Parts: sequence; structure tokens; C-alpha cells
Amino acid sequence: MKETIKGKVFVLGDDIDTDQIIPAEHLVYSLEKPEEKVFYGRYCLSSVPEKQSGLPQGGIPFTQPDAFESEFTIVVAGKNFGCGSSREHAPFSMQIAGCRAVIASSYARIFYRNAVDGGFIIPFESFDDISHEFNTHDEVEIDKELNIVRNITSGKSYPLQPLGDVADIVDAGGIFDYARKVGMIE
Amino acid sequence: MTLTEKILARAAGRNQVVPGENVWVNVDILLTHDVCGPPTIGIFKKQFGQDAKVWDKNKLVIIPDHYIFTSDKYANRNIDILREFAKEHDLPHYYDVGTDRYKGVCHAAMPEEGFTRPGDVLFGTDSHTCTAGAFGQFATGIGNTDAAFILGTGKLWVKVPPTMKFVFEGEIPPYIMAKDLILQIIGDIGVDGANYRAMEFAGDGVMRMDMQERMTLTNMVIEGGGKNGIIEPDQTTFDYVNARTDYKYEALYNSPDAKYHSIRVYKSNELEPMVAKPHSPDNKAKVSEVKGTSLTRAYIGSCTGGKLSDFQAAASILNGHQTKIDTYIVPATTLIKEQLKTETIDGKSLWNIFQDAGCYMGEASCAACLGGPADTFGRLNGEEVCISTTNRNFPGRMGSKKSAVYLASPYTVAASAIRGTITDPREYLHVTV
Repeated sequence: MKETIKGKVFVLGDDIDTDQIIPAEHLVYSLEKPEEKVFYGRYCLSSVPEKQSGLPQGGIPFTQPDAFESEFTIVVAGKNFGCGSSREHAPFSMQIAGCRAVIASSYARIFYRNAVDGGFIIPFESFDDISHEFNTHDEVEIDKELNIVRNITSGKSYPLQPLGDVADIVDAGGIFDYARKVGMIE
Repeated sequence: MTLTEKILARAAGRNQVVPGENVWVNVDILLTHDVCGPPTIGIFKKQFGQDAKVWDKNKLVIIPDHYIFTSDKYANRNIDILREFAKEHDLPHYYDVGTDRYKGVCHAAMPEEGFTRPGDVLFGTDSHTCTAGAFGQFATGIGNTDAAFILGTGKLWVKVPPTMKFVFEGEIPPYIMAKDLILQIIGDIGVDGANYRAMEFAGDGVMRMDMQERMTLTNMVIEGGGKNGIIEPDQTTFDYVNARTDYKYEALYNSPDAKYHSIRVYKSNELEPMVAKPHSPDNKAKVSEVKGTSLTRAYIGSCTGGKLSDFQAAASILNGHQTKIDTYIVPATTLIKEQLKTETIDGKSLWNIFQDAGCYMGEASCAACLGGPADTFGRLNGEEVCISTTNRNFPGRMGSKKSAVYLASPYTVAASAIRGTITDPREYLHVTV
């Protein structure tokens, strides 16, 4: 497993719920068929109100209207990311869009669990809300070994909380791979 | 131990558990529906094999409810996938669309069908699975991957949550509904105030409620971030459950020495009719603080606000009045829809009261509570300002992200539908404001 995740950052505020991450009307596409699942990338984060989409300036779509993949690899947000509906389509849509990690000061429980158990994206927790330390489009690098995120554009670094209990599942790539690794299932 | 801890300990085969520890529990019931069922089935087959058998077909309940009355071809394909899977595995608890077994919203149908049992463990691929905690059951929402894991193994790991207790002392005033209580609580603790925790409701104000009102409390714990909501079972619980199933359950209760994360006490007679303003369930205000706010739509429905008692409350206000704004009535289940036609106020059926008031009458399903496909009944497609008995008002939840939603009790929604502005239900309930 690569020890760093690097790319452009997309910045959001507090309480981004899963209806904003993937609106309910799009939950009809197959998550298996390649020609359909790309739509989860297209509509990822499409219900975030325009002014709050891509902070601090706003008005920036996560995925361009005609695209299937996002230019952003990392999302930085405030508290309670992924609250609301339990739809696993939410972290799935972020993965399909090309996102690899979220950094938030806290997560809603079900989203966090889905992100980890499904192996879709890595949900890092910051110690404080650091979302205001980033501008959407900044170049950012997460060092998974040191638990640090660097804002390459600004030159500043911020510590992240260790993954703790779930690190083994994240490293295995999800709950099924983990369960096989420890001999729980065949 | 608390009730939640005791249920998890028993399901894990342990004498004791403490909050924060991870335990593997045996699952009594797995619930899924048309949005999350097909991807769960996909993961199950991929991980356990195309011919794999579910761990126990008597413990799997599939209730399609989200996108039922739509011409969306992908949504309809999801029903086909469920139907095929139910046939392939000869599932006894599949409630197919287009048959007289069709139920409607799963969380309202689960109790009707006797699947909400004190002391049991229920997981469901929907965040409002927590509704079943009203019956003294441990019930929580999970994703498709976890559900697929249960399908193959009958087990899942959970972190034992600490319990926050909310006590309502004294009789609830006649103009206050359970929705007012839970909006007050969520407003007090915030949308992440109970993250990773259990929320328990107690006190004589709660224990005098019928099961439908108790379900309104537990339904919305997820709006406070809660893992599960729970109420100790009593005779009201047993009477409801025993009338619907012969299943032998073993109820559990809080130990006298149970340790709580926190205890909040409310005086029932101080409660006010509440709303959650756009765009968050914790954006609380007393109705008196926002009365007169202009509205363009009213909506009464969903697992939290489309039960028979919700319609009885709304009809008691709408009886003999005309609605000023488009008002949508969506019974949660097919049984409730039938009851609207048989239950009466002053000799008039609830159905006729709503029709005569000018309401639009819908079929049992989740409908516009979560927006859904563009042709969904009652969906907010533009800049509507809606007052609704549903459970979420995040941006775009009921359709367009340009719309705005106020959450309120059926009393408050009905009174507001008559005026076209947010209205205190006491003005129609003939009690002193």
C-alpha cells in the first residue's frame, strides 16, 4: 500500500449529509455495471448548495457537469461529515469520482463505518477543524505513516488522528478482506 | 448495564460488556429495501459465491418501499432484482410490489408484521432502522457491505455505545406530540450530539405514549447522530407485539446500577410546539417564534410522520377546514391507508376529511420524504417552502436543493396547511395559547 495520498483538495463545511453527497434520485444506478456506476462519480456531492461547494469561494462543482470523474483527490471538511441516510452509495460515489481520502474533524457513525468496511475511501480525523486552512484546488499530501496532512500550496502541515481500531480493516481494504485475513471467513 | 448494553452482551454471548468495546453479535433480523437490497445482494454474491445461501432465510426481511410508484426504469429494475433473489432463496418475508403483500415504508411495516421484538438485535440497510428501538429492541442502520456480511454469516461487529438518557416528567400537554419532544432534544444536543451513542427515552411522559408515538421518538435518534434509540418495554409494548407475533422473545431492562453517559430531564408541561427550520433538523425554533412564515406546501407522511396516530392528529385539526396550500397525504403502509378509510372523527372517515379539505392523497411508500425520482408524488421540484412531518430537512432532501423544509408535528403541519403560514396548533385545538 502506498504511504502517501497526493492531489488537489476540495473544501466543505460542517454537517455534509449523505443526501448532499449523492442525492436520492441517483440511487437507482447499478453499483456493479461499469457503464452505470460511473454516474455515481458524475453526481457525487452534487446537492451541496452552490455557495458552500468548494470553499472558501464556493460555486465550484466537485465533478464538472459533463465529467464522470472529479479533479479532486482529497476532501477536507468540518464536523459530522456523512450524517443522515445510511446509504453506502455515498462513500462509493466518492471513490468512483476518484477521491481517495476525506479529512474531517468528526464523522457520522454509519458513513465512517461504510467508508472503512467497504474499503472505499479513508476517513481521517483532524484534531480540530482545519477546513479553513485550505483553499479548494490547493495541492495536498497525506502521509499515512506519520499521520500528517501537508498543504503543499501554503507550506503548512497539520497532524491527523491515528486510525486506531479500524487501521487493520483499512489496510486490508475492507471488512471482507480483513475477515479472510484473520480466518473469520473462507 | 443499560438496556442497550444488556442486549448486546446477550447477543455476543457475554456476561458483561462496557461502552467502547467492540463485540461480535448474533443477528436476529436483517432488514433491507429496494435501494440498498440490490447492492447488498451484489456484494453477497461476489463475496460468498453465486450459489451461496443466506445464513437464515427466516431472519431476512425485504420490504421494498422507496421508489415504487415511478416510471424510472432503473428503480423498477431494483424491484426485479429483489423479486428474483426472493424466488431463488424461497424467502418467506419478502413483501412484493404489486401484490396484496405489499406493505409500504419498512420501519412502519416491521412492527405491523411482528418483527420488532423486545431484547432482539435488528440491523437494517436504512438509517431509520433505529425506529424499532421503541419496542426495547437494539436496532440500527448499516451499509450494504455490512449487510452482505450478515447475509453470509449472521454476525456483525459493533462498538458498544454509551447511553444518553432523556426523561420526560409529567403528562404531555394535549397540543404536544412526540415530534415536538424529539425536535426539542435534537435542537438541544445538535445533529451530532449523540454520535456513537444510544439515546434512551424514559419518564411517565414517554411511558404513557402509545407505540406509534414512541416510534416517532426513536425514529429520529439518527438525526442526533445516535446509533440506536431505545425505550424499556412495558405492558403497552407487550400488548402490541403479542397481538402480531407468536415469536418467543425475552425482554431485557436496565439494571438498577446502569451507568449513563448523561441524563437530561424535561418537564413535560413546559414543552412547546417546535419546528426545525431549514436546512438542518437541529435548527430548532418554537412555533411561536416563526409563526406567520409563508409556506407553499404541506406534507404529512413517512415512517416518522405517516402513522395512523399522525393522521388522526392532522384530521382532528383539518376537519371542516380547507387547506390554503398544496397538502400531500402519504400513509406509511397499506394497512394505514385502509385505516384512513375506516377510522372516523364525528362519523366522517379520515380519508374524507382530508379529501374535503383539498389534500392530495398518495399511495403507501417513502414518496417525497427523500425526494426520489423526478416523478415522485409530492416531490419538491423547485423553490417550494414546505412544512413536513418527515424527519430530515438537509439541503435537497425532499427534491430540489432550492427548496426549503420545516419539520413539525402533524398538529402543526395541519394548522399551517389551513393558513398557508406557520401556525400554532393551539389556535385550532381550542386550548389557551
